[in-house]
Amino acid sequence: MKRLRGLRAQLVLVFLLVSVLSALTGAMFTFRQGRDAIVDGVQADALRELRGHLAFRAPDLPADPARADLRTLAVQLDLAGSGRGWRTALSYRGGSLVTAGPQAPPLPASLRARAATATTALAQRFHRDGTPWLAVALPVTATNADSPAATDADDGGTARPNDLPPLVVYASFSLASQQRDVEALATAVRAGALPVALVSVVAALLAAGRLLRPVRRLRTAAEQVAGGALDTRVTVSGDDELADLGRTFNVMSATLQADAAALRDMEARARRFAADVSHELRTPLAAMAAVTGVLDADAGSGRLDPLTAEALRLVADETRSLTRLVEDLIEVSRFDAGAAVLNLDEVDLRELVVKTLAVRHWQDRVRAEVPAGLRARLDPRRVDVILANLVGNALRHGGTQANAPRHEATQASVLVRVTADADRVAVIVSDDGPGIPAALLPHVFDRFTKGDAARTRSEGSGLGLAIAAENARLHGGTLTAANAPGGGAVLTLVLPRNPPS
Amino acid sequence: MTRVLVIEDDPAVRRGVSVGLRHRGHETVLVATGEEGLAELVASAPEVVLLDLMLPGMSGLETCRRIRAFSQVPIVILSARDDDVDVVVGLEAGADDYVVKPASAEVIEARMRAVLRRTGHAGPTGQPRGQYGDLLVDRIALRVLKHGEQVAMAPTELKLLLFLSAAPEQTFSRQQLLEQVWEHSFHGDYRLVDACVMRLRAKIEDDPRNPRYVQTVRGFGYRFGPL
Repeated sequence: MKRLRGLRAQLVLVFLLVSVLSALTGAMFTFRQGRDAIVDGVQADALRELRGHLAFRAPDLPADPARADLRTLAVQLDLAGSGRGWRTALSYRGGSLVTAGPQAPPLPASLRARAATATTALAQRFHRDGTPWLAVALPVTATNADSPAATDADDGGTARPNDLPPLVVYASFSLASQQRDVEALATAVRAGALPVALVSVVAALLAAGRLLRPVRRLRTAAEQVAGGALDTRVTVSGDDELADLGRTFNVMSATLQADAAALRDMEARARRFAADVSHELRTPLAAMAAVTGVLDADAGSGRLDPLTAEALRLVADETRSLTRLVEDLIEVSRFDAGAAVLNLDEVDLRELVVKTLAVRHWQDRVRAEVPAGLRARLDPRRVDVILANLVGNALRHGGTQANAPRHEATQASVLVRVTADADRVAVIVSDDGPGIPAALLPHVFDRFTKGDAARTRSEGSGLGLAIAAENARLHGGTLTAANAPGGGAVLTLVLPRNPPS
Repeated sequence: MTRVLVIEDDPAVRRGVSVGLRHRGHETVLVATGEEGLAELVASAPEVVLLDLMLPGMSGLETCRRIRAFSQVPIVILSARDDDVDVVVGLEAGADDYVVKPASAEVIEARMRAVLRRTGHAGPTGQPRGQYGDLLVDRIALRVLKHGEQVAMAPTELKLLLFLSAAPEQTFSRQQLLEQVWEHSFHGDYRLVDACVMRLRAKIEDDPRNPRYVQTVRGFGYRFGPL
């Protein structure tokens, strides 16, 4: 249905319409002309013939003919016109019709009305029983040289000059054979129109194909551009409107391509800059990080002025958080550069979870429900990073709130639960805290999103969950955040048991 | 007290590491290039080398190879580059462990100590001396002979061989080996194990591609034998 409204269909349709219309108009004109010529010829012939017969027979008519005389003339006329098959009727001085047979020939009433006052021959076509007929009326006046009245002009001709014709001869005959000729003509015209239409369809198809080829090329190119192939160009030939369109298309895709390249370039430069900055920071931080222990020791020795000790502690602490931030930034830029690689190993998940908790001394604060003997292929270092992030967050946000004084706040209750089906492993970390604010939920895995704007900065780099999510993605897995119906945040890590390596 | 040779081109890092280690009671010898490091290795006979990978002139990797050509001194790579490939190449060149900068003096010291312990300890148990095929493992003298000739081994390689051969035909996961041989308590870098196994095979196997002594158990880890 859609194709019918296509350009090609429309073009063909219009072409067809125009050609058929012009063929039909031509045919109709020809047909009418032909038909008129035939009918006019028949009419003229009939009149001429009738006039001839009259000229031959009328002199025999008495000056004031009786009905019998008129009938004789009608019989003679009918006989004379047997070739044409006409039947005649005579009317003398407006009297009733006199015919050869008992039946009057069919004559339209309007013709009779007009003939009563006519001075020239009349003809009228009419239909009778579905066939066309022609009726002619020939008034015979005394002034006519060959008219019956011409011989005895002194009698009535001069007595009533310009008066009504004394005698009107009618003849009518069927035009059936002429109708057949006309029908044959119509058939011929119709038969001629069909090949014209066919030829026009073929011509239209050819023209449409030629016209639409650049349109098709443009469509293909536009589809390619939409698919991301911004280097697509169309070959432009000619100088018509479509060629102009093609040139405009090429300019457009070139501009798009340049813009996209510029954008990518800018993004790459921004990322490279972040990576470079992080790396540059790393060297001075390496020097500072190596001496934080010295600062800690001296600050804690009690030999220093309390303010100096405080300052040392501050410098040492901030050096450590700065170090963590820079490490996280470098990790993030490694993901951005696509340089992060998976080092897959088959691992026992219970062992992994227990170890992650133990290394950070969380084993007493976190409950772990992991089925024994559950193994999966994963990168243990990266999964350790994810788990440490999730559990660390849960421990910070779980329990009664952080705004409460420290001694009143209850310990967070954090649960790490691992479930598995044939293809996937799910690690669910839940806490009993207030959960994640709804407005924050879509952004928890964004970089530098923090759970609470008022929260102290030192708790994390703000990149932890973003890195965790990247690590999950690298495994071909997902990391999602939600709130439990009963309160508390639930973070779910789903990993394939056999990731593509 | 340990005498540490620090080969590091950045003066601030050199100073920082030196201050941190001296504060923890160690003695440091500081040089800025690989060439100086090789000279100082002979001159001052350090007990452990801290080696930066990014050095001007002779690269850290090349320095590592040159050291291993004549000395089995423990080497800990101090890498500012997170480029994983460099670390792997460094380990394959003969380094015993690595620390990623920035690192606190405590972390550097802990790693140094763990490497140093590998030179002094025998395997978990086992007889003082064992003959395995063409290999003679002497747990008292801490040396390995193949066909009667001593094989030069870096501390980690020796420790790994002693550990594996003490329990022949027992499979150890890489995690277990990291904990036992490298003393990494966290989810460490398995490439440490893989690189060391590769080096060890190059030294003791007749055909390292077809190992007899240190065999891979796919999906689980490594084991010694069966011969």
